[in-house]
Amino acid sequence: MAIKTDAVGKSWPAHEYEVGREKIREYAQVIGFDNPVHFDAEAARAAGFRNVVAPPMFVVVYTAGAMGPVLFDPDVALNFAAMVHGAQEFEWGESVVSGDLISTTTTCKEIYAKAGKGFYVFETESVNQNGDLVCRATWTNIVRGVEE
Amino acid sequence: MSATAKGEKIAGLKVTPDKYVPHRYAGASGDFNPIHIDADFAQMVGLPGAILHGLYVMGLVAKAANDEAGGDPRALKRLSVQFRGMSFPEQEIEVTGEVIEADGADVTFDLVATQGENQVIRNATADVTVA
Repeated sequence: MAIKTDAVGKSWPAHEYEVGREKIREYAQVIGFDNPVHFDAEAARAAGFRNVVAPPMFVVVYTAGAMGPVLFDPDVALNFAAMVHGAQEFEWGESVVSGDLISTTTTCKEIYAKAGKGFYVFETESVNQNGDLVCRATWTNIVRGVEE
Repeated sequence: MSATAKGEKIAGLKVTPDKYVPHRYAGASGDFNPIHIDADFAQMVGLPGAILHGLYVMGLVAKAANDEAGGDPRALKRLSVQFRGMSFPEQEIEVTGEVIEADGADVTFDLVATQGENQVIRNATADVTVA
């Protein structure tokens, strides 16, 4: 089946995520981030953060609701069953702390077929309640069995 | 002491995720794809068993880079990875790396995450500012 590229350039409405201290703890613990600034507000403030701070990779938590629906959008027409996560890039800005309200917008940057695989590239841009960029991310998903 | 000279190796890390890590990671991240938490489902779609989340392994790569830079979460500026293979709970994962660019406190690491002979993540580059 020829690859469908209708979604290239499409943006989706912003997804909002309110950051909570216990969610930061849960995420930090499973990976093993053990710096007290992820658990203890006093330690975080002493280190110059506004509150308990999320590890940079917490981006996967506040962007999940922005990326999830996009993968199932009929314009994207991505065969989820044959999809693998190919590559990922995160570029961080302002730190994310407990109490922040993070707004993430997703844009489809590229869809193309190469060597029997479909490449689906999305960008997310996440800003906090003050409008500061906290993370820009590029998500590359690869789908097997796609023709040009 | 952080690695800051070109070619210098980073300390890296080794971790053996227990059997329930994919469940805990699913809860923490919100990614409940059954290939990670249901061995029967994983086998039905042709996998040997439940596999670790790629972004979990990327989290380990981020930790190795961040720890090398001194552990302050502000130190990690950028991380880019390619996912190249599956990995499984109850088997050791090792993250290794070295400095490929250095400009004062601004350092770039190249990192690899391996499980046994299998490269799970490769061509990972991390930009950090060393404290």
